[in-house]
Amino acid sequence: MSIESNIVNRNIVLRFSPDMVDQPLVYRLVKDFDLIPNIIKANVNQDRMGSMVLSISGYENDYKEALEYMKMCGMEVSFLADSMVWDKDVCTQCGACTAVCPSGALYIERPAMTVHFDSEKCIVCQMCLQACPVKAVKLDI
Amino acid sequence: MTKTIAEINEKIRAGKAVVVNAEEVIDIAADLGYKKAAEKIDVVTTGTMGVMCSSGAFLNFWHTKPKIKMQHVWLDDVPAYGGLAAVDCYLGAAEIPERDPANAHHPGHFRFGGGHVIEKLIAGKEVRLRATAYGTDCYPRREYEQTLTLQDIRQAFLFNPRNCYQNYNVATNCSDKTVYTYMGVLKPHMGNIHYSSAGQLSPLLNDPYYRTVGIGSRIFLGGGLGYVAWPGTQHAPADPRNERGIPLGGAGTLAVIGDMKQMNPRFIRGVSMTGYGVSLMVGIGVPIPILDEDMLAFTAVSDGDIQAPLCDYGGDGYPTGEPCVLGYVNYQQLKSGQVEWEGKTIRTAPMSSYSRALEIAEILKEWILSGKFELSQPVQPLPGQELYAGFLGR
Ligand code: SF4
Ligand code: SF4
Repeated sequence: MSIESNIVNRNIVLRFSPDMVDQPLVYRLVKDFDLIPNIIKANVNQDRMGSMVLSISGYENDYKEALEYMKMCGMEVSFLADSMVWDKDVCTQCGACTAVCPSGALYIERPAMTVHFDSEKCIVCQMCLQACPVKAVKLDI
Repeated sequence: MTKTIAEINEKIRAGKAVVVNAEEVIDIAADLGYKKAAEKIDVVTTGTMGVMCSSGAFLNFWHTKPKIKMQHVWLDDVPAYGGLAAVDCYLGAAEIPERDPANAHHPGHFRFGGGHVIEKLIAGKEVRLRATAYGTDCYPRREYEQTLTLQDIRQAFLFNPRNCYQNYNVATNCSDKTVYTYMGVLKPHMGNIHYSSAGQLSPLLNDPYYRTVGIGSRIFLGGGLGYVAWPGTQHAPADPRNERGIPLGGAGTLAVIGDMKQMNPRFIRGVSMTGYGVSLMVGIGVPIPILDEDMLAFTAVSDGDIQAPLCDYGGDGYPTGEPCVLGYVNYQQLKSGQVEWEGKTIRTAPMSSYSRALEIAEILKEWILSGKFELSQPVQPLPGQELYAGFLGR
């Protein structure tokens, strides 16, 4: 644990097999890694693949170690922002999503007025899903 | 200096025409002045691609064996109007399937409708046709079902009664709840501002008095050739105008027509407006012949010269049918991404695609330069041409 590292807040998606359902994951994240996990969505079932969307905040080093730990346990870890998929070819470049997108992930480059997506900025609020008239953005969990 | 359309066409045929788009002309006019620029430039191309309600397609299916006089027609479960003739129908862009939950759970998704069927056809995809009939001696068949593509349809043309609004409302929401409108999702307390015009690139803002665009004008429609068929529905040329002749409200509209078999899905898209319904995004480009200095001056219009009414689309505004204009903003402000309004910074977003509008103006330029597209003399002017009294009223 290092006090020098930055505080981060990341949204991640976990996928795990049924035998892992019993693991006290949230407890470990708090206890062993000093993190604050917040369950956004959970889909846990005794006999099927489970998935969970977690918002985690804490020191970056701790967060990275926790990620390693979860992977070591056999969990599949992905970043929620990567689940927001923007299809450049479907997008009509209208820009309708850009005023509702709170993080600036979907933005207009001026003066060309072309629309771009920066997944690193996306906070997966899903506002763009409602705003896009051609469904060029999709949440793929 | 004056030129006729015939003279400009001569130059196009000789490969000598000078064609620029409605963005490029702004700087040229600033450099050379209107007079010199008018001598130099022959055609200015414009473009727009936005959601345009009041669009739809006339389709004629080949006669079936045995024959049917289709009374009710569906394409991919979207009803089309069959009360025309045996195998003709009109598919409206805003139509939704009968079983669509619409706004039963507000805001509805409106995933699919007439606009999407039109896009699928133009993209060459298969569509399911279903028709029922009461049966006659000459048309005995009562039911018909067939999967088909645009190629299998005998004639297919878009005929959009109202497209290409000259200018348009800019939408915001003064109420305290989010509203879902045809101008997009508007957040409460003026949380955002949406606008829907290509501004300085938009066709009728470059010819504000319809001096060159009229009935019969050949245009770019959805990637193919189209024509102005008539003044569009709700055409209102008498709306107030600024000193450059730019209307401060919607004003002019065009009814347009064009062969779907020439079109490209890049420029015709079905759209789903959350909580509102379905519609069609239509790409249109209109060439403006530079007949004289005034025409050049009109095409040199830039975003800062075009004001549009900022309207409240919240519950106490637009929906009531009462006046809802809060004031005026110009497209330079709107395109910057934010507008200062009564001490507040409000984010703006377009509903129409400026980059695609520019692409259309560029394609039209290429068509003209290559001699593939010649300008047409309108057979009849649009109402409103009589309002023209010279640029800046001179
Ligand atoms: S999910 Fe939210 S933050 Fe991400 S792109 Fe869409 S609107 Fe922007
Ligand atoms: S609203 Fe959809 S189509 Fe329009 S710019 Fe955004 S992602 Fe592209």
